[in-house]
Amino acid sequence: MDSKLAIAKSEPIWNTNIRVLSIIAGLIILLFALPLFGMNSFYLHLFIMIFMHAVMAQSWNVIAGFSGQISLGHGAFFGIGAYATSFFYMEYGVTPWISIFFGMFVSAIFAVLIGIPMLRLSGHYFAIATLLIGISFQVVFQRWDLVGAASGLWVTMTPEDSWSALQFHTSKAPYYYVFLIFFLITFFLVWLLSRSKLGYRLRAVRDDPQAALSLCINVSNYKIIAYVISAIIMAPMGSLFAQYILIIDPDRVFNIEISIIVLLITVLGGIGNVWGPIIGAAILVPISEYSRIYLGGTGGAVDLIFYGLILMIICIFRPNGLISFIPKDILERKKQQ
Amino acid sequence: MKILTVQNLSKSFGGIHANRDISFDVEEGSILGVIGPNGAGKSTLFDLITGFTKADTGKVKFFDKDIFGISPDKISNLGVGRTFQKLKPFADQTLLENVMIGAFVKEKDIKRARDRALEIIDFVDLIEKRHHFAKELSTGQRKRLEMARAMAIDPKLLLMDEVTGGVDQKTIPGLVELVKKLKKTGVTIITIEHNINIIMEISDNVLALDQGKRIAFGEPKEIQNNKQVIDAYLGTFDAA
Repeated sequence: MDSKLAIAKSEPIWNTNIRVLSIIAGLIILLFALPLFGMNSFYLHLFIMIFMHAVMAQSWNVIAGFSGQISLGHGAFFGIGAYATSFFYMEYGVTPWISIFFGMFVSAIFAVLIGIPMLRLSGHYFAIATLLIGISFQVVFQRWDLVGAASGLWVTMTPEDSWSALQFHTSKAPYYYVFLIFFLITFFLVWLLSRSKLGYRLRAVRDDPQAALSLCINVSNYKIIAYVISAIIMAPMGSLFAQYILIIDPDRVFNIEISIIVLLITVLGGIGNVWGPIIGAAILVPISEYSRIYLGGTGGAVDLIFYGLILMIICIFRPNGLISFIPKDILERKKQQ
Repeated sequence: MKILTVQNLSKSFGGIHANRDISFDVEEGSILGVIGPNGAGKSTLFDLITGFTKADTGKVKFFDKDIFGISPDKISNLGVGRTFQKLKPFADQTLLENVMIGAFVKEKDIKRARDRALEIIDFVDLIEKRHHFAKELSTGQRKRLEMARAMAIDPKLLLMDEVTGGVDQKTIPGLVELVKKLKKTGVTIITIEHNINIIMEISDNVLALDQGKRIAFGEPKEIQNNKQVIDAYLGTFDAA
């Protein structure tokens, strides 16, 4: 065999940088240990929000970053997840651990139903269509009496902390661990996806649909697959959020702001990169929380101004997101000359 | 054995007849060169055969299978690969990743797909560039990338749109040698080419188009002496 070919074949499939893996392992251990050091309620909440938004942004990253479809109505799947868990718990006493999966299933069904006609559109048209779909969910739920219409659902509180009801009133630490575990599982699965045959094919669809077609890739089907995966990732965050705040209404869980924020986080961190949503969430969520604390009721608007400013700076100076600050040889295999 | 049979293929865009009543056969293992002036309908013909554009009328058979009206992904899955006149590499992915996407058609396992992609990259003499992003490659290298990517699906028939178009003179001989090397693997090739010397050198048969119509089909020597081809395309072609 040609020696250069033999060398190429003997290379490891993935660039495993032991130093990077050690840092990641250390960070995971640290994240599990943090509550043990007596973190106060605010910091637990801050981390919970970071984990939640990172997963939501990762969901958006799958459809937009991997397959190239800009969805502006992704909040709909968050809302579906939230309502599925709360409704089935309140009406039938179904544990959220089961209804989370129901929320994922319903979201997947809607992703297929929305995706089949919508994904025929491309570019701005798809984005605008999803924006309207997202808003229409909010309108429907505001008028749907079965799920509390505009008042929403007030989840029946358990008298004590309950793992089966996923309710914790004495400490936020259990929520912290639940969100952390979902965060880690999601990132690991999306990392695997990015390195799978499916991941390769989704990126082909994103980069050049015509070239993808010439390589036996059914572009429409792969877009739908990406949309369904994305919806399945988003829904559990709605479910867990509902159990976290125990009150949901259409303005809160179908808010257009959810769809916009996941977009901002992903673009800030680095779209199309598995690590981008983590970096984006770790920066934008604290800005949002601190501005809410220090600026009170007006904080909700000020954080968006911050977001806008940061995003403008990033788009001008680092269009590939903050992930591009990390040296390339850490993220990619070194080039051979 | 005939690998491709095209019968009375026509396509109009509004009032413009891109292809009119085109018929020809391609023998398995041969190279068919397609020539014609700009706007003759060569690339449209490729799009019609590979399903990227739906023909108005006609028949296209790949071996015995009617592929008229079938979607491009299904046609490529049958074993019809293609490259594009306007190059379409997956720019933000490495050369290896580009070719692996094609290799996944035959290999489900990632290690085997990677090994197969590496073998093809080695075949097109780009093994040292395997980890370079497609956008970092020169035009000539991107032409090789597209050929490698199309080969990765293990095509029986490969349609190549302007292999030597847009590259410098020094790069052309290497690309021509690569086409000849490809033919030796047994793959049937249809190639659009503007460089008439190259077409005459590599082709077993030549199809000449002008204004969407077939004006000649036959062996290179016949085409070279065909009056219609000379008038439409060759001009005072120097056979030497």
